[in-house]
Amino acid sequence: MSDAAPAHAPRIERAGLSGRLRPLIPWLLVPAAILLGYLGIWAQASWPLLEPVLNEDGTLRTRVFDLAPFDVRLSSWLTLTVSGLAMGMMIFVMASGLTLVFGLMDVINFGHGAFVAIGAFTGITVLLAFPGLAGAESLAANLALVGLAALAAMAVTGLLGGLFERIIIRPVYGAHLKQILVTMGGLIVAEQMIHVVWGPSEIFIARPEMLKGALTFHGAAIETYRLMAVGLGLAIFLAIRAVLRHTTIGLIVRAGVQNGEMVEALGYRLRLVFVGVFIAGSALAGLGGVMWGLYQEVVTATMGAEIMVLVFIVVIIGGLGSVEGCFLGALLVGLTQNYVAFLEPKAALVSDIALMVLILMWRPEGMMSAGGRR
Amino acid sequence: MTAPRSWLLIAVVAVILAALAAAPFLFPGVRAMDTAARICVFIVLAASYDLMLGYAGIVSFAHVMFFGMGAYGVALASVHLGREAPGLILGAGAGMAVAVVLAALIGLFSLRVRAIFFAMITLAVASAVAVLVSQLSGLTGGEDGLSFQIPRALSPSAAYLPDPLPGLDPAALPGVVFGDAPMESLFSEVRANGKLAAYYLVFASMLVLLALMRRLTVSPFGTVLQAIRENEFRAEAIGYRVVRYRIAVTCISAGIAALAGALYAVWLRYVGPDTVLGFPIMVDLLLMVVIGGMGTVWGAVIGVTLFMLARGYLQDLMAAAQGAVAADLPALAVLLEPDRWLMWLGLLFILSVYFFPAGIAGRLKSGR
Repeated sequence: MSDAAPAHAPRIERAGLSGRLRPLIPWLLVPAAILLGYLGIWAQASWPLLEPVLNEDGTLRTRVFDLAPFDVRLSSWLTLTVSGLAMGMMIFVMASGLTLVFGLMDVINFGHGAFVAIGAFTGITVLLAFPGLAGAESLAANLALVGLAALAAMAVTGLLGGLFERIIIRPVYGAHLKQILVTMGGLIVAEQMIHVVWGPSEIFIARPEMLKGALTFHGAAIETYRLMAVGLGLAIFLAIRAVLRHTTIGLIVRAGVQNGEMVEALGYRLRLVFVGVFIAGSALAGLGGVMWGLYQEVVTATMGAEIMVLVFIVVIIGGLGSVEGCFLGALLVGLTQNYVAFLEPKAALVSDIALMVLILMWRPEGMMSAGGRR
Repeated sequence: MTAPRSWLLIAVVAVILAALAAAPFLFPGVRAMDTAARICVFIVLAASYDLMLGYAGIVSFAHVMFFGMGAYGVALASVHLGREAPGLILGAGAGMAVAVVLAALIGLFSLRVRAIFFAMITLAVASAVAVLVSQLSGLTGGEDGLSFQIPRALSPSAAYLPDPLPGLDPAALPGVVFGDAPMESLFSEVRANGKLAAYYLVFASMLVLLALMRRLTVSPFGTVLQAIRENEFRAEAIGYRVVRYRIAVTCISAGIAALAGALYAVWLRYVGPDTVLGFPIMVDLLLMVVIGGMGTVWGAVIGVTLFMLARGYLQDLMAAAQGAVAADLPALAVLLEPDRWLMWLGLLFILSVYFFPAGIAGRLKSGR
């Protein structure tokens, strides 16, 4: 009887090289962007050298081989790269919550920018409340103060996020049109409330004493604050990744992003998880707001709405619902903006849009689309 | 269509349109006529936005950008081609063409994948264009904008009749009835100059475009849009190409918005980033359409009129209320600061999305 069934030896083929490389492409884009930035800066330095010169005997000589030495603008490139990474990290901190909230519950929050602005104002208020600590020439005191400001901002925006979820978003689950309108209304009201609480004008702020200066490295001036922002952003990214990959709650969140109904059918209360993610995302937006405010050294009520433009671009090119895509997208946007602003200032205005168009032409769902739905 | 007819809604819209038709003769003064012309322009803009938002269920944040393209088209044509009408029409047409092409591109990019991308991408593109316009000062005049000339026939210096036409001044009525103001103060004079002609150009264009949009919404095309809004999968399953319909309505709506922008430019004889581009106008537009009522052209008429009047009177009202409570409740007085009027409209906006998704027009229609 046994030989009635043919011998069956299933074999799992190993994916080919291109198949294995495919998921890695987005990760390679960031180094590629850094390299391209370097090439661009070098090419711009070389450009005038390509013009033909007049020899003494009256003939024209082209100097194709007299290109600029490769280290000609290494310092500018280094400065730009660090500031691009810093900017990208800050955008990532603000955008991470938004992308998870969307992935988990299909909720798009146009009011996310309000948390950025409120976080920035709260943090600045704390900073201004302790001029002694801000002026002290001690890194520990300065960092303690910034940490305190960040914690205060996260507490306030986390709390507001909980309220926002309960009051504004809960009644409109499942209806995108209403979500967009209502959260936009929430943004308008929040902006006006900032005017009520903090007054109608912008607030200028100086960074704490020890975060003001710049390091010099290979002739490049690198602001300490930017290095700090890069470190903090990277730490937050790794922390989110660790939580998502190695904890039970992270498992539920990832499963929820992939197929929420199934997770609910297994008995998990995804709503509750969602509220938690929403609060955490709002707190992160507040933290991002403090970082951004200190970076710009000015906070305005409309900063949330302004930064939302970048945040949306990042979330779209990363792929809605994917934290890693959001991280890579943020770095790409930050780097592109800094390099392009250096090479051709006017083009910087549309460089984000161009980047978005290119990436959407390549992958219409974004670099790493996470949701299994729709 | 078997929509229940509501005489109340028809009456309100008819009163508004009649008041706009007679505005120069009913409300004397440059300011009143200016407000009436703005209401006309924004009715077109809001109704075209409602084609997307209310009928097709697509949220766009670039509608004011399309509006600005029409306006800048007219302005640039006047600056470079001269003030004659054919040039301005060409400019308006060019602005409209750019708007339609851009709308089609954005639609192709975002609506193909997920409708929700559209809202985010339009927001990004609109803000980039607004920044671009204020930065390219050589072409667009930058933050200062462009002042330009319109055909002589529409400018205040053109006189059509030797004698002024008779008009009314209702504001003098209390003085005549209760006071001892002379009967003559009830009448005003309206000069038949180019400004009046410009007003009626704007008004007539508004009527034509409004009728066109109304016609579109009750056509099979409009019905399919509503079907898509109500159930995308079902519409697709029946055999309608959802993406094509969505892109088509986006293009039509962008084109009409550009025309509204051209009218606005002709009326103001000025364009600038703060008047025809920019996010604050977009927010105003959202408030107008949602409070007035999504999904009906008449909602736009009501919403715009109400918003424009509220902008003027709400602030006065708030100032009065603030004065009344300032002594006893300083905390409340801060909230009633006239500059905070947008906050109250924002709250009204949120409440109307929750509780009256059909807006004022919907309420009037259902007869309650």
